[in-house]
Amino acid sequence: MPGPGPRPDELRSGEPRPDEPRPSVWGGLTRYLDTPAKRTTALAAILAFMVAAPFLFGPYATVILTNALLYTILALGLNVVVGYAGLLDLGYAAFFAVGAYTVGILTTDFHWNFWATIPVAILAAVVAGVIIGGPTLRLRSDYLAIVTLGFGEIVRISARNLEITGAASGISGIEQPWLFGWHIATQTDFYFVFLVLVVIAVVCSARLANSRLGRAWLYVRHDEDAAEAMGIDRVRVKLAAYVIGAIYGSIGGVFFAVNLTAISPQSFSFQQSTLFLMAVILGGMGKIPGVILGAFIVVLAPELLRDLGSFRLLIFAVGLLLIMLFRPSGIWPARRGGR
Amino acid sequence: MSNHLPGALLKLTDVTLGFAGNTVLQAVNFDVPGESIVSLIGPNGAGKTSLFNCITGFYKPQQGRIEFAGTQLLPLKPFQVTRTGIARTFQNVRLFREMSVLENVMSGLHCRTHVGAFGAILRLPSQRREEADIRRRAGECLSFVGIPAEEWERESSTLAYGHQRRVEIARALASEPKLLLLDEPAAGLNSGEKQELVRLIARIKAERGVAVLLIEHDTGLVMSISERVSVLDHGLMIAEGTPKQIQADPKVIEAYLGAEDAEAALAL
Repeated sequence: MPGPGPRPDELRSGEPRPDEPRPSVWGGLTRYLDTPAKRTTALAAILAFMVAAPFLFGPYATVILTNALLYTILALGLNVVVGYAGLLDLGYAAFFAVGAYTVGILTTDFHWNFWATIPVAILAAVVAGVIIGGPTLRLRSDYLAIVTLGFGEIVRISARNLEITGAASGISGIEQPWLFGWHIATQTDFYFVFLVLVVIAVVCSARLANSRLGRAWLYVRHDEDAAEAMGIDRVRVKLAAYVIGAIYGSIGGVFFAVNLTAISPQSFSFQQSTLFLMAVILGGMGKIPGVILGAFIVVLAPELLRDLGSFRLLIFAVGLLLIMLFRPSGIWPARRGGR
Repeated sequence: MSNHLPGALLKLTDVTLGFAGNTVLQAVNFDVPGESIVSLIGPNGAGKTSLFNCITGFYKPQQGRIEFAGTQLLPLKPFQVTRTGIARTFQNVRLFREMSVLENVMSGLHCRTHVGAFGAILRLPSQRREEADIRRRAGECLSFVGIPAEEWERESSTLAYGHQRRVEIARALASEPKLLLLDEPAAGLNSGEKQELVRLIARIKAERGVAVLLIEHDTGLVMSISERVSVLDHGLMIAEGTPKQIQADPKVIEAYLGAEDAEAALAL
């Protein structure tokens, strides 16, 4: 009978480290924002700046910032899938398309009220998420990447060829909505609509991360077998992440469509999916401030580099490579959301 | 031969498992009575951990039946088996390393609680109550295994090895099992820690009414706490009985003869 052998903790460098403060949603800034009052002040300052931004920077910047806010919503949704549950989704633009086309078709062909289309768009995203995720999530995660890649292309090519989606020219003349007598029409109007959506998306993400379901995603991501041995249905938990991500994407698409009033298949290409994924990975997966930062970089960096003309995408690409080389876990260095 | 003990909590009948032509378990019959401590011993590669994996649903035997408190386990997935009231630990500690000690133990309560995405987003009073309840019950399990409250918020991988083993037991207890499967719980512990483990296992049975089935190589520990001992060798159950009967069984001694110091190994 074999002896007990060396103690495993002697093999690891398992010396207990001195107590560190728990990482919080604030990541590396916890040190400076150590009281609730300071945090509230910081949040209020950021929000005040965002509210003032369209008046400070003018209409062109407002368009760009609106786009950055849209990317923030989508990146936060993809973050639930990729960052929280650890599932690689390469076709996230498909859900963005589902939302946009639902609004496009229902308001132009069927003359629905804009607000009534939102529940339908959510339902469509849930159905699509269950159809794609249900069978695939039983397999190991790698398969999901391939299936979602295919799904993204299927949705885009279908939109390009179906009559109801307007084929290659897409859908135009989508009416801008009214809200209690307020016609949401100008760029500034949409900027504020997206700002409100971002706030809602952040609150939902933070609450999900600190919940029974949010913990289950982490358990499954860290060790599927141990999670299953603790009584967690890994397929169900992953499907919940995938479907919640789909809902974020669809809502993003809904407001994208009414903002532009016209949509076409090239808005939902594979390149879009990779940009969303880049936003999630760049800032720091699983971390809300990191993901927001990533979304802003993905949208703003090419704009800020515009003076460099055709070199700008090259420089942007080199910048991304350098970030991944020196900060492989994202710009915002932290492990994950705490309380 | 399927003469089960009367009132057995877990009953295995003719369980046969093979991988690609290699037989791992051959028509194993095995019982665990309720509120008892039963040990499974045997040389390395005898199929002990495979037997655990069959009970917990990770492996699917080709033949046989496994019944737990009146429920057939074989059609169930691992998470469903846990819900029927069987919890396990792993041979190598498998905590969720980057999560806190308390969060690790909270995982055990997942299958005993209900609030989903809507409750979390809306922060309903029922959700807040359930979260507080999960924390309280997880804390109670940690206190039970003797992890001091100062360590609850630490990242689990930073704990001393002996404490990690106990956190894993607390995590299993949090799922409110009727049967706890411990896979080599004493591996890598020093003699003082082994003494504490023996006391902890006895308390799990006495204070929580949980039956314990353990795989263990430390036969001294096995003989001191087990009510029954079963010996598995090359996938065959070669002996079953009280520690005294096992120590005197010629088949068992023969199975260990390859190890030369059979007498020492069986703590005769």
